[in-house]
Amino acid sequence: MIQVEHIYKSFNGKPVLQDVSLEIKEGETMAIIGRSGSGKSVLMKHLIGLLTPDQGRVLVDGIDINRIPYGELRQVRRQFGVLFQGGALFDSMNSFDNVAFPLRTFTKRTEAEIRREVEHCLNVVHLPDVGTKNPSELSGGMKKRVALARAISLRPRYIIYDEPTSGLDPETSNTIDELIKDLGDQLNVTSIVVTHDMHSVLSIADRAAFIYATRLHWAGTIDELHQSTDEVLRAFVKANEYAIGEPTLSSPAGTSS
Amino acid sequence: MPSLQLSLTKPFFSLGRFVLLLSKAFASLSEFSLYRKNFFIQMVRIGIESIPIVALAAAFSGAVTTVQTAYQLVSPLIPRSTIGAIVVPSMIMELGAVVTGFILAGRVGARIAAELGTMRVTEQIDALEAMGLNSIGYLIVPRVMAGVLMFPVLYIAASFIGITGGLLVAEFSGLVPIGEFVQGARSFYQPFGPYFGLIKSFVFGFVITSISCYMGYFTEGGAEGVGKSTTQAAVISCVYILLSDLVLAVLLL
Repeated sequence: MIQVEHIYKSFNGKPVLQDVSLEIKEGETMAIIGRSGSGKSVLMKHLIGLLTPDQGRVLVDGIDINRIPYGELRQVRRQFGVLFQGGALFDSMNSFDNVAFPLRTFTKRTEAEIRREVEHCLNVVHLPDVGTKNPSELSGGMKKRVALARAISLRPRYIIYDEPTSGLDPETSNTIDELIKDLGDQLNVTSIVVTHDMHSVLSIADRAAFIYATRLHWAGTIDELHQSTDEVLRAFVKANEYAIGEPTLSSPAGTSS
Repeated sequence: MPSLQLSLTKPFFSLGRFVLLLSKAFASLSEFSLYRKNFFIQMVRIGIESIPIVALAAAFSGAVTTVQTAYQLVSPLIPRSTIGAIVVPSMIMELGAVVTGFILAGRVGARIAAELGTMRVTEQIDALEAMGLNSIGYLIVPRVMAGVLMFPVLYIAASFIGITGGLLVAEFSGLVPIGEFVQGARSFYQPFGPYFGLIKSFVFGFVITSISCYMGYFTEGGAEGVGKSTTQAAVISCVYILLSDLVLAVLLL
């Protein structure tokens, strides 16, 4: 379980997160939603200690990750798989070596075992034939899928997806959404999806947390999201409806949508 | 007023961050087995791949120094062997290390800063950290160690090639025969010269790689930030090569 307790973060005096508290339960898929620049990715980086809060704390399985030595923090991080916004594949390696990198670095498996595992991971993301390709030869969607294969190669307990569908066409976005859903079901991982794509949220998440104006404005289940009368949240979702071109949120009683 | 305060404190902030970066890097030496492969790759990139350009620059430096020294020696009272006495110590004590340093500041320093800067802005460094790897150790230790170890090798090669270049020009342009050139070099030879050059090359190797790693690792912004870090890495490395050259000369000679 991950608990975020009253965290504050500012950059050069400008507040980015203020008094944000959140709980992510074991096995669930939590979507962190909000407009671009609202601080979602900053919050995501706090979950694995890439950023340290000015105030407040982040607990992973009860461990305050900002108060433990760096060596222990690295052990905590090994329970996470992270899909970064641009994939963050290593340019100097081909796709196979990118996926094999965590296995070669952190396990004592033989090269044959690593090959089998990498092929399995690339099959999971439906890219069995890209092993020899360099990141520069892959499309945006393929990069994200290879990065996802790398993220799951060590069988993490938590997977964090930072804007997994941004910049992708609707069909590829659906493929990524299905992968996230399948991975959640197959590997029984806890997933945290940072996104502003409501279509994704409604199709894959169990719960959502809405960051607005540096604060956690709303949090609840997807059913509660459907029923919410919160005007700011509804305006955000409504804007997504127009962008996606399909209705996603039912009208709450007594209001017109 | 705040901007004045910022510009006054910035050098101290940078120095503190530089020292912290290096202390974190070398604190991770116990995990060297994780970085070994990267270390050998960097030895090839920093050392072996630099040999052609270093050799070219050294050969021409030696040749030009020989020609210019001969041009200065207009008096018939000064023996022509003096050319060897000037060219050889110049290559061993100064040009071999400094010319190599400047070339590597551009070639290796810019490359390191661009590589690490690009990794920073494309979140590859965050990806390393998120996996549970010590990114500072993994990226910086192999580069600095490879620089410190390979730079003396390049210095030795540069000095040898530079002297050979001077020798050949002296012989084939008729400035001074090889025998006289060597005799001049031997008569004024200082045994400490090669050691001095080697010490300088260790220091220059450390200066170039550590400054370039620092500039690249803390790159901010996108492509523009990478460009800025790359330029600064080369320029600042050159400045510190000159400064350390002077400091070492004052301290050791």
